[in-house]
Amino acid sequence: MIIERSDQLPRVTLLKRFPVPRNFGVAQGSRIVRGKTWRAPDGATRVKTFEIYRYDPDTKGNPRLDTFEVDLDDCGPMVLDALIWIKNKIDPTLAFRRSCREGVCGSCAMNMDGTNWLACTRFISEMGSPGTIYPLANMRIIKDLVPDQTHLFAQYEMVEPWLRTKTPESGSERLQSPEDREKLDGYYECILCFCCTSGCPSHWWNGDRFLGPAVLLQAYRWLIDSRDEAAGNRLDNLEDPFRLYRCHTILNCTRTCPKGLNPGRAIAEIKKMVVARRN
Amino acid sequence: MKEQATTPGSTAQRMRPLSPNIQIYRPQLTSVLSITNRITGVILSVFGIALVVWLTGVAAGAQTYSRLHLLIDSWFGQAVLFAFTFAFFLHLCGGIRHLLWDAGLGFELRTIYASGWTVLAASVALTAITWLASGFPGG
Repeated sequence: MIIERSDQLPRVTLLKRFPVPRNFGVAQGSRIVRGKTWRAPDGATRVKTFEIYRYDPDTKGNPRLDTFEVDLDDCGPMVLDALIWIKNKIDPTLAFRRSCREGVCGSCAMNMDGTNWLACTRFISEMGSPGTIYPLANMRIIKDLVPDQTHLFAQYEMVEPWLRTKTPESGSERLQSPEDREKLDGYYECILCFCCTSGCPSHWWNGDRFLGPAVLLQAYRWLIDSRDEAAGNRLDNLEDPFRLYRCHTILNCTRTCPKGLNPGRAIAEIKKMVVARRN
Repeated sequence: MKEQATTPGSTAQRMRPLSPNIQIYRPQLTSVLSITNRITGVILSVFGIALVVWLTGVAAGAQTYSRLHLLIDSWFGQAVLFAFTFAFFLHLCGGIRHLLWDAGLGFELRTIYASGWTVLAASVALTAITWLASGFPGG
């Protein structure tokens, strides 16, 4: 079927996961073992089952997959509500990030039923049975659903995501026409949840050197800012077999962006800019 | 990736576990067609070698050539040739899709999906047309 918007879920799913062994290329310490089952409280009638990735850094154990039964009559409609319900009522040690609960902060990005999205804007009713909840794919895990973002933010810093100018300050603001401001629409809205970067196979295999869709979208946002005067330096910094060109236009990024942005297009435009300046 | 200790000052410092990626991420038209394009590229490289073998057979004379054709005309040879044809068209159509992307075209999500399904349908159709037009030479 044709997917028109990133928030659309397919009506039928042919394959839930790629036909590779569960431990395909997985280091010993990252292998997931069967965990505990946490039953719903007595008297619960509408019960939804979730399988949730757990990892406790304080024990020597491997990550595990716990099963939780959630009483839907006692719980809000979103996946984040289910996680909060579990933390309040069942297991207070369950760790996850959350803040705004309305899709503007990007804290609760995680992998639900195999795709990355924000837990606060994914309905429980949209989840399979059992619904599976993993942390963002391909991240070093601090605890449970909390990934270590150090590397991602280090990559973000590499594109110098701030206004760089050469002309001296005039004592007033640097002005921008409404038309030039409009060019940033679709790019400035990024909340850095890293759903796209975590869903990018190229970043899985070359994440140490490839910057990934989220960071490259930010790079593009500064490249096209009419007030910025460092486009040449920025392109020099990006023109590299790995940093930019490990993007193979797979477009999982555009498919998964919870804000409906288009990192795939941003990267293609950067590639065009690199070629255009050679002429 | 920088190596991180689990907790600061912990005696048994070890790497944090890596959350699963390919093992759990849902296959989507985007990623499936991307990996298909790679696999068909590899298949076509193999086809290139097979073509050289066939040409060597032509150069080696009638006897070798006819023996080679015993294999090609068998149901196995025909099946492989059919698969090669499909891989060829899939890679060709996928390549055109990538050319359009490199020109900055077709990045709307609905266009990404429409062009993806078009690539699949066109490859099936072109493979069928090729085999029908050639009258199933082996069979």
